[in-house]
Amino acid sequence: MTALSQLGGPPAAVTEKPGRRFTAYLLLLPGGLWLALFFVVPLVSLLSASLYDPSGTVETGYAVTGHWQNYVDALQDYARPFGRSMWYALLTTAFCLLLGYPLAYAIAFKSGRWKNLMLALVIAPFFTSFLVRTLSWKLLLGDNGVVVDTLKWLHILGPDGRLLATTTAVVTGLTYNFLPFMVLPLYASLEKIDHRLIEAGGDLFAGPVTTFRTVTLPLSMPGVVAGTLLTFIPAAGDYINAELLGTPQQRMIGNDIQNLFAAGAHPTAAALSVTLMATIVVLVLFYVRRVGTEDLL
Amino acid sequence: MAGDLVLSGLTKRFGAFTAVDDLDLTVPRGAFFALLGPSGCGKTTTLRMVAGLEEPTAGSIGLGDDDITGLRPYKRPVNTVFQNYALFPHLDIFENVAFGLRRRGVKEIRRQVEEMLELVELVGYGDRRPAQLSGGQQQRVALARALINRPEVLLLDEPLGALDLKLRRQMQIELKRIQTEVGITFVHVTHDQEEAMTMADTIAVMNAGVIEQRGAPAVLYDLPATTFVANFLGQSNLVAGTILERSGEDLVIDAHGSKQVVPVKRSRVADGEVWVGIRPEKVFLARAGSETDTGANSLRGGVVTDVSYCGVSTQYLARMPWNQELTVFEQNTGARDTFAVGDSVDLHWQPSHTFVLDARQDATAGVEAEETG
Repeated sequence: MTALSQLGGPPAAVTEKPGRRFTAYLLLLPGGLWLALFFVVPLVSLLSASLYDPSGTVETGYAVTGHWQNYVDALQDYARPFGRSMWYALLTTAFCLLLGYPLAYAIAFKSGRWKNLMLALVIAPFFTSFLVRTLSWKLLLGDNGVVVDTLKWLHILGPDGRLLATTTAVVTGLTYNFLPFMVLPLYASLEKIDHRLIEAGGDLFAGPVTTFRTVTLPLSMPGVVAGTLLTFIPAAGDYINAELLGTPQQRMIGNDIQNLFAAGAHPTAAALSVTLMATIVVLVLFYVRRVGTEDLL
Repeated sequence: MAGDLVLSGLTKRFGAFTAVDDLDLTVPRGAFFALLGPSGCGKTTTLRMVAGLEEPTAGSIGLGDDDITGLRPYKRPVNTVFQNYALFPHLDIFENVAFGLRRRGVKEIRRQVEEMLELVELVGYGDRRPAQLSGGQQQRVALARALINRPEVLLLDEPLGALDLKLRRQMQIELKRIQTEVGITFVHVTHDQEEAMTMADTIAVMNAGVIEQRGAPAVLYDLPATTFVANFLGQSNLVAGTILERSGEDLVIDAHGSKQVVPVKRSRVADGEVWVGIRPEKVFLARAGSETDTGANSLRGGVVTDVSYCGVSTQYLARMPWNQELTVFEQNTGARDTFAVGDSVDLHWQPSHTFVLDARQDATAGVEAEETG
């Protein structure tokens, strides 16, 4: 009951004047219409497209036949890029967490008067388009670029070694592009931690590492959950990084969906999209159940 | 003595600001010691230096035979009850209390935690979260969480500050009971003079980074050493005077034309300008011109300007001919006269209740702080 009344929506307004109820609906209207038009309609359209008879074409139109076989075919043909997408997204999330946690920690606790500048720097990449930034990585990791030359000089990379068009390049690009989505929620939850709780840990015989493990980390879990979701979900569906920094060997499911749509194979593309969506929803629910507790969500 | 907490020359500067200035203090083992002072006087900084949460700029902290000045907080046999408690919100009450024991790898945690919850009267609350407890209960959890480690010194930073008045009184008694029961040295930081007086066996009054006076509550109240202590610990009437002569064990002082007699041992100065001090409840109010016991000190010619009835007592303000308002508390025993605004009155009191302070000190030091506290 309290949760409902906090929403301030119609269910709690039952005993109030009709005029108030009307206002609540009126306020819901613009957002509701927007979602109906640009979320529900496309979703229904996508679901129905995934069941079209694949023998049709864009020109001739498709017969709506409830063709479940589309899913079976799509999964058989695209299992590898599908698995690869999940794997790359997982790697990306892990790297973002490893890079982002110390960064967010430093900004929240150690940056002093530089805090705002550092936050601005985290957000700064958004001033340039995603595409342009990924293209720059293509130059950075290029065969005769500074990075490759340096790594060869250090003998980390063999004489024929390259970075561009490798898994490393794709995961690097993904990690770079989604890092701010990890850092910002982590920062927000670390920043909220009462510093006295960390002092209390020290006071109660926990050294810095133990205090981090038993106090700081558990209290920052809401940020970890939000950050990993915000990184994993878009990374799993991304195709720009694989397109620009990889080869067909690094193809992700997003690339295949895009190619299929471009080639006019709408039913297969739609079936893959729905599968991707469903997989992510299931994974996220499972993850939140496991990691999240009642205080996190 | 073994186990005493000894602060020597302890100093803490934050940039140009000196929070704690060359502090020397010995807290005997097993004492309930209160550091009393207004906010910003350096009492919390002192406490944090003992806890290891703040590094001293100079000086040392000794505990028994050990110098703990440079020891990290988690290595000190000292625990803190934080202001606003700082309970771990992600852990239940049991785990909050068990936290210190787990870190030290102690066995038999369950039994010890249950005993501690019993001591603070929170049996059965082990599986709740801190947010589900009231302020007073949270306070007791914070106490249990610190006490379970059997520290050599327990530090309490304004432990009752967040509680309402009634609960505060209750917890004062409770804290005193627990301290007697466990026998651990308690160092208690507070700005509340009543709290300090009811619980502590020794009080150090702190102001602007230095200790003004230390001693048993009754001694401090009876014979304050500075105007700050006189005003911060309770209330005082401070009347300007000049020492005329010494006659045997007494000083004779002229205060606005009337002679006051004060025992020499109750004066901080031997000659010159002074403040003659008297606590409001030590003053008897009498109709103008009335006879008094021989040997009493008197100030005559006052006019009552305000009467506040407080149940057990009545608080009078009397304006004196030199335009100073003096405060008088009269117990409502029914045996004494009552007065109304405009009545002419004389003020009488015993020489043995009078104290004399150096007139170079500000007569209003500590007044405002007491009012806001």
